Amino acid sequence: MSGFPVLTLLTVLPLLGAAIALFAGRHARGVAIAITGACLALALFVWTHLPANGSIGLEELHAWAPSLGIDYHLGVDALGALMLVLSAIVTLMSVDAAHRVQHQPGLYFGLVLILESGLFGSFTALNFFHWFLFWELSLIPAFFLIKLWGGTRRGPAATQFFVYTMAGSVALLVAFLAVFLSTGSMDFRHLTLLASTGELEQMVTAHLGPVTMWLAVGVLAGFAVKVPMIPFHTWLPAAYAEAPSPVTMLLTGAMSKMGVYGLLRIAIPLFGHQIAQMRTPLLVLAVATVVMGAWAAAAQKDLKRIFAYSSVNHLGYCLLGIFALAVPYGAGDAGQLASPAAALNGVILQMFNHGVTAAALFWFVSILQQRTGGHRDIDQFGGLRKPAPVLAGLMGIALFSSLGLPGLNGFVGEFLIFRGAFSLAWVASTVSILGLLVTAAVILTVIQKVFSGPVPSHCEGFPDLHRGEWLALAPVIGLMLLIGLLPQLIVDSVNPTVQNLLAHWRF
Amino acid sequence: MLAWTIYLSFAGALIEALLPKGKAPLARWLALAVSVAGLALAVQGFHAGMGQGRVTLVDAAWIPTMGIHYLLAADGISRVLVLLTGLAAVAGVLFSWNIELRTNEFFAFFLALIGGVYGVFLSFDLFLLFVFYEIAIVPKYFLIAIWGSTRREYAAMKLALYSFVGSAMVLIGLLAAYAASGSQSTGLVALGHANLPVSFQMWAFPLVFVGFGILAGMWPFHTWAPTGHVAAPTAASMLLAGVVMKLGAYGCLRVAIGLFPHGLDPWGFSIIGVGSWRDVFAVLAVVGIVYGALVALAQSDFKFVIGYSSVSHMGFVLLGLVTLNQIGVTGAVLQMFSHGIIAGLLFAIVGRIVYDRTHTRQLAELETMHLSRRLPFAAWAFVIAGMASIGLPGFSGFVAEFQVLVGAWIAKPWWTLAAGVGIVVGVAYTWRAMQKAFFSDVPQTAHGLEQEHAHPFAAITWPEVAGTVLLAGVSLFVGLYPRILLEAIEPAVQALLAGGGR
Repeated sequence: MSGFPVLTLLTVLPLLGAAIALFAGRHARGVAIAITGACLALALFVWTHLPANGSIGLEELHAWAPSLGIDYHLGVDALGALMLVLSAIVTLMSVDAAHRVQHQPGLYFGLVLILESGLFGSFTALNFFHWFLFWELSLIPAFFLIKLWGGTRRGPAATQFFVYTMAGSVALLVAFLAVFLSTGSMDFRHLTLLASTGELEQMVTAHLGPVTMWLAVGVLAGFAVKVPMIPFHTWLPAAYAEAPSPVTMLLTGAMSKMGVYGLLRIAIPLFGHQIAQMRTPLLVLAVATVVMGAWAAAAQKDLKRIFAYSSVNHLGYCLLGIFALAVPYGAGDAGQLASPAAALNGVILQMFNHGVTAAALFWFVSILQQRTGGHRDIDQFGGLRKPAPVLAGLMGIALFSSLGLPGLNGFVGEFLIFRGAFSLAWVASTVSILGLLVTAAVILTVIQKVFSGPVPSHCEGFPDLHRGEWLALAPVIGLMLLIGLLPQLIVDSVNPTVQNLLAHWRF
Repeated sequence: MLAWTIYLSFAGALIEALLPKGKAPLARWLALAVSVAGLALAVQGFHAGMGQGRVTLVDAAWIPTMGIHYLLAADGISRVLVLLTGLAAVAGVLFSWNIELRTNEFFAFFLALIGGVYGVFLSFDLFLLFVFYEIAIVPKYFLIAIWGSTRREYAAMKLALYSFVGSAMVLIGLLAAYAASGSQSTGLVALGHANLPVSFQMWAFPLVFVGFGILAGMWPFHTWAPTGHVAAPTAASMLLAGVVMKLGAYGCLRVAIGLFPHGLDPWGFSIIGVGSWRDVFAVLAVVGIVYGALVALAQSDFKFVIGYSSVSHMGFVLLGLVTLNQIGVTGAVLQMFSHGIIAGLLFAIVGRIVYDRTHTRQLAELETMHLSRRLPFAAWAFVIAGMASIGLPGFSGFVAEFQVLVGAWIAKPWWTLAAGVGIVVGVAYTWRAMQKAFFSDVPQTAHGLEQEHAHPFAAITWPEVAGTVLLAGVSLFVGLYPRILLEAIEPAVQALLAGGGR
């Protein structure tokens, strides 16, 4: 608890950057790159300074409003730190990709930096109040980024996004107020401890009657909208498609992880027992998310919508892994931790992998759009391999990463999820494999339609990536290969945290 | 040393991909050098491994927390199939000598495919095997989609999707095996020790067997094979038929039969004489043999004849596998090797030597071209390859199919009788194709003769001669001296049948 408050610095730095960027005019992007670069360095610092036993480290604890149980309590374990690194990477990518913002660049990059601060804050907070503040803080810049810089139908898309997420937030807030009224605490660690002994449920029942199940539903609803889980996903395709591509990178790469993170940090630790009771319907929804997400992607023509639904599909695997390991206590052999551990390792790895890969894909979409005057219908492309071999090669790697090809990052996370989930919920896992197949068909179709066949007239003279672009993209592609070949770089650090989390969860 | 076949191929692929454009000769010679070096390593490994059982090549923790190892090893079966891959790679490069379109990329995909195939044959960790198996799908797709002919995009997509469906079934089976065994390791040997429950093996076996069988051209999941073979460029057809289909058969043997031996036990009841998964797959194999041969007999496109003949010959491999006796399984492994060589040669003759000169594969048009006179080398090469294909004694195909038939007779005589029909039809379609393509009696008109003199075919080039001699020579050598491979295969099969390579 002593030492340099590096997490606070990490959260404040983008806010400072935002203040500068607002007044920097056309230099705003330079400011944003410098700030996000510094944030990435800080996040990597955090990642390398975690406690070896997987517990929460780098803590900062100060009284804030003690009478309300509100402390300024920050700290990260490997899960939080990995999300910090991911947020920093994705924001840097997004800023990199947004080099064509003509309209009010100061405001644009200011909002992006505020959004980054919201991400950092919510991934480090250990007190509900504090966490909720940043959860909401990230929502507002996202709304304006869609509303002011989006496509032709940005208005309804932004409103829908905002209303859905807000409704989820309200459900979360109400549930948490009930928990606070019953326990007098908002501290995640304290509440986790209470929940793991069963006291939480007793206290809630004593104060408010038998409503714990409803509270669990409220919390789940809040996160289900954010992830999103079918049937709460309807805001997503419109928002992802209408947002400018760099903003979509942030939405899918980093913000969707807030939902999964919330499930792991809040919903499961506090309401694990209740979630285990609802396991079967939740698994059905997770499988629906996987399969219908992939199926919906197969029916789309717009590249952004294809990748949007494909994101739903990929995050569905995370949901599958999480709900699969919520085995009601006593139902399975409790001594066996190998399968839950594999699944949870997979979920966390998948969060990171999907963030990097999906952000890269939307980056490529933005490059394609810039070069063809805004086209993004797959039927309007063709044969781009000929004029743009470098683009085709790099985008091909990103697509295969999304497909889950071994040797690239996507495969390892999905494999571990299935490896763990299979012994816990074999029916759900088997049906979900259908999602893998449909995704493969979708991705191959994209490759075929965009890169093969005759070159349409408006794509003639299509310029290949210039040096600046491929130098910016190469590290991202390199990261995909690196994690695909050496997943232990992440798994070795995440595994102690996984064991630690599982030890504190009660189903 | 065998492990270097993998690294060498992938390194070669990487260098090819980075070569500057317009350096086609450099790309060709580099690919040839890499594949010859791979073949040399394979021969050296084969020789050094003689008389030894399973030898571990590399064992390093890969994802230690998950018990996943980077575990490469080789037994007699692996060594024979690695040797086949080396031969097919060299021949494939030789018969791709005239590729002018993006030569370096072509060889990059080609070598990546070869590297993946080497990897599958040498992996003794299921995770690793699956990784290499999947990696091999991508180069196949691009080789067909970019350099192919006849409906190449359809064929490439069909091949990729069939492969993915197969892998998904395999994946389910593997995950289930972990779950059922409670094993902390993904090693094949460790899982083999896990004593999986018989009831579990009963449903996991067919899933994994069919999953791999799809890639082995198992009837009725074979339809990707003819379209894929026909659409692929010559070298890719050679590899598809020569080694990729063997990946499937190898998976059936090593993983399905090796891990779930009790999956072949009788069910305890029988429907019209079919009382176990063994009977089911034997019936499918026999149907594949006869059906493939009959369909080949009816084709008008020369390459389709060879494509369907592959389905028929791979039926022998599958039939040999489910005999579950020493001689039948040994025959199946030998048939994998033999068919890999012979199918490679047939595709090379049809797709490279003949098609690149005549620009047609229609038997009706070839009939009017008098190829036996104008391309005697092709004609006689096809005669040799055809002899080998129909299983004439003295060629590798005879020894292999004979062993499979004997093994099948020991298991159930009617399997042999039915498969025998396939052999007879095999003679018929080979003879028909040979007659029509090379030795037709259509009289030549004076005008036709003029045309012949005005447009003579390009001379046979040295890579074509070298490739033909290599493949035909190997088939003949193995036919005359099968002991050289059998001594490697037999102990490995014995160990595998005795207890799944435990």
